[in-house]
Amino acid sequence: MQMHSLAFDISHTLAGGLVLISLMMLYQDRLYSLLNVFALHALVLSLSVAWQAFIQDAPHLYVTAVIALVFKAIVIPVALHRIVKQLGIHRDIESAVGIGPTMLAGMGLVALSLVLMLRVTSDADPLAREDLAFALSVVLLGLLVMVTRRNAVSQVVGFMSLENGLVLAATGAKGMPLVVEISVAFSILIAFIVIGIFLFRIRERFDSVDVSALDDFRGERR
Amino acid sequence: MSAVALQMVCVAGLLGLAALAIVLSRSKISTPVIYGATLAVSAIALIGALRFLIGGAADATTLTLPVGLPWLGAHFRLDALASFFLVVINLGGASASLYGLGYGHHDPAPHRVLPFFPAFLAGMNLVVLANDAFSYLLCWEFMSLASWALVMAHHREPGNAKAGYVYLVMASFGTLALLLAFGLLAGPAGDYGFAAIRAAQHTPYAATLVLILMLLGAGSKAGLVPLHVWLPLAHPAAPSHVSALMSGVMTKVAIYGFIRVMFDLLGQPNWPASVIVLFLGSITAVMGILYAMMEKDLKRLLAYSTIENIGIVFVSLGLAMAFQANGLKAAAALAFTAALFHALNHSFFKSLLFFGAGAVLTATGERDMDKLGGLIHRMPITSFVVLVGCVAISALPPFNGFVSEWLIFQAVLLSPELPQWALKIMVPAVGAMLALAAALAAACFVKTYGVAFLGRPRGPAAEAAHEVDRFSLAAMFILAALCLLAGILPGLAIDALAPVATQILGSRMPAQAGQAWLSIVPIAESRSSYNGLLVMVFITLAASLAVYFIHRFASHALRRGPAWGCGFSDATPAAQYSGVSFAQPIRRVFGTLVFHARDHVDMPPPGDVRPARLRIELHDLVWNGIYAPIADAVGFSSGRLNRLQFLTIRRYLSLVFATLVTLLLVLAIWS
Repeated sequence: MQMHSLAFDISHTLAGGLVLISLMMLYQDRLYSLLNVFALHALVLSLSVAWQAFIQDAPHLYVTAVIALVFKAIVIPVALHRIVKQLGIHRDIESAVGIGPTMLAGMGLVALSLVLMLRVTSDADPLAREDLAFALSVVLLGLLVMVTRRNAVSQVVGFMSLENGLVLAATGAKGMPLVVEISVAFSILIAFIVIGIFLFRIRERFDSVDVSALDDFRGERR
Repeated sequence: MSAVALQMVCVAGLLGLAALAIVLSRSKISTPVIYGATLAVSAIALIGALRFLIGGAADATTLTLPVGLPWLGAHFRLDALASFFLVVINLGGASASLYGLGYGHHDPAPHRVLPFFPAFLAGMNLVVLANDAFSYLLCWEFMSLASWALVMAHHREPGNAKAGYVYLVMASFGTLALLLAFGLLAGPAGDYGFAAIRAAQHTPYAATLVLILMLLGAGSKAGLVPLHVWLPLAHPAAPSHVSALMSGVMTKVAIYGFIRVMFDLLGQPNWPASVIVLFLGSITAVMGILYAMMEKDLKRLLAYSTIENIGIVFVSLGLAMAFQANGLKAAAALAFTAALFHALNHSFFKSLLFFGAGAVLTATGERDMDKLGGLIHRMPITSFVVLVGCVAISALPPFNGFVSEWLIFQAVLLSPELPQWALKIMVPAVGAMLALAAALAAACFVKTYGVAFLGRPRGPAAEAAHEVDRFSLAAMFILAALCLLAGILPGLAIDALAPVATQILGSRMPAQAGQAWLSIVPIAESRSSYNGLLVMVFITLAASLAVYFIHRFASHALRRGPAWGCGFSDATPAAQYSGVSFAQPIRRVFGTLVFHARDHVDMPPPGDVRPARLRIELHDLVWNGIYAPIADAVGFSSGRLNRLQFLTIRRYLSLVFATLVTLLLVLAIWS
């Protein structure tokens, strides 16, 4: 019982930490620091997944944890660092909405997902309930990052933190097959590749990765 | 081979001809081959259906094909009601094919017409034969699409593209209404076979909804006001023999659908439903003929007159519903038989008149009757048969139009037997509307015939007109003969319709075969009877005597003098009565109310030499009041939504995000 409670507390802490780091992403106004925060996000995710693997006694989840650690916490942030350096991308992040309102909206979204998930899943396993509530918060905050930033790199980061939320939700429930997690990891990788290629093409054409250049090209106002 | 199998073989033959027409599309022989073969197949189907109907239609035969929905198949059935409509369809099809043998040679693009013509006929046959809702709707859509393709055959002519578009929209709307109606009929159990629907119990609430949906669905195809707007656009846009099929036959298929659902599938009708049908029918009759009266395009005028006749048929069906709901079996059979008989008659004379309009179009290239005139000298045979058609559609004895309208009035005169006061008061008013419509129809066709065929030519096209080919004349002659035959021997038709009334209502009109002198007696000898043969003999005798006396006793001294031109010295053909001026008194009486008609006279001041002008302003209130606002609303909202096409990626993401958050909020608040 004691062990059980401890297990619950630790996974709760890790998932809560993930939400906290998602909120941290909202107020980063430098690209490098955003990438660092994202790496931290992925690190906490891999820890959380590893802890789930331990308490659920599901060794295949360790693989997921390793994937998260290697790809999301190391490879992708390093690659994005290099891209930013190579392309000479402007390192300020131009946000569409101010930091204050964004933080308020983020807190509102966390509150909404907690209220909703705890009420909807009232008869589920308490561990899974908390996990799902946090995962939904992470997903919504990732979307919020994508919506409030004009820079393509930060939109990519927002998208990948959204995926992290999905992985958190997937590992929180017992008996998730490995196939699904691998496909999730690969989908992120593919999205990363595709978006990376797009970044190159956008910069080649417009000398900027500010997506508003695309809108100007289409002859429209924002 | 069972009767239904024969019909299905004919349908397969028609579909095969459609495929053959595609293969032969650019070949020279395609026109005679396809129309000739369609004529043969339609004739076989006609004889099959006629034998089944006259043979008493004792046992309905069914057939299930393993096509359509998996494990259900497509069900087809031939019963008395279906066989009657098959007669109408295939008679129209055969005469249109015969006409097409000659008329088709003048078609600039026959490969746009030939594949769809037999397909259209096949579609109409299949609708009537279908015995489950799925097959019915599928065949109905097939029929609509084939006829749409025929409407668009000459798509480069101005106005035809709009006609096709309006037709397509209205046809889709009508099918949607039918789909919902059948959904209601099938109920939660969801058995779409007609046999299961017939056996099921329907609540009054569902029955009312089905009535409204059928009026929308079948009514939009038949041309009930205010759903008629596509009809005067689309029917004239098609080649003339197809116009004849659409006006004379396809509207009857819509009436079939209405009868099948309201009388057969729903079971016993209730009397409030009949009030709606009577009201819509009488409005349609009067409005249709008023529109026709204002029209100067020959084919559009005929299309509007179709709307009037559909109104008459619906009035008669409404009477049948009222009588049947109150258990007045004999009266119901009378009204029902009159409705079917009028539908049959209308298919005769409307096809004939459209063929005549097509002949005029071939000979002169004109549809505007104010540019015609004097055709009776250049096209004497066509003029004669068109005269027969005009007399028949004006409901004058001894032709068929008179008999069916007389029967409808006999049914109207039985209305005091109805127990409900609403109906007691309403039916005579509806009868008055019918009488008004009949009188206006006569005026309308006096105008049509007088302006287009009599007088002097108003233009070079009318002056250079010539008689049309033998096939077209043969088709028109056959229909004119049928008009006369059904007028002087109506007893045969009434007896042939008895199995249909027996099947649908469980009662029939008294047998007419044994009546003396070939009279018809709808209820009892003491009440009323009509003898078409005697009337014809009397008319012939009186006319011959008059001619004889005039020739015998009139002066033989021939004098030729200048015609009195009402004081005008040079009476040009343009000074003749035109269609618009003929319609002016009626426009003055009804037009100010119904069309908001205004006459504007532009009179130059003294000393100015420009001519005075009379401008007539007409408004289609149905279009302006119902359709234009809907079109405006759709245009406005799509113009607004168009901006959504050109947002930035971030805005699209924001929209998705906002939608997601809103849905989550709704869930959080409501659950």
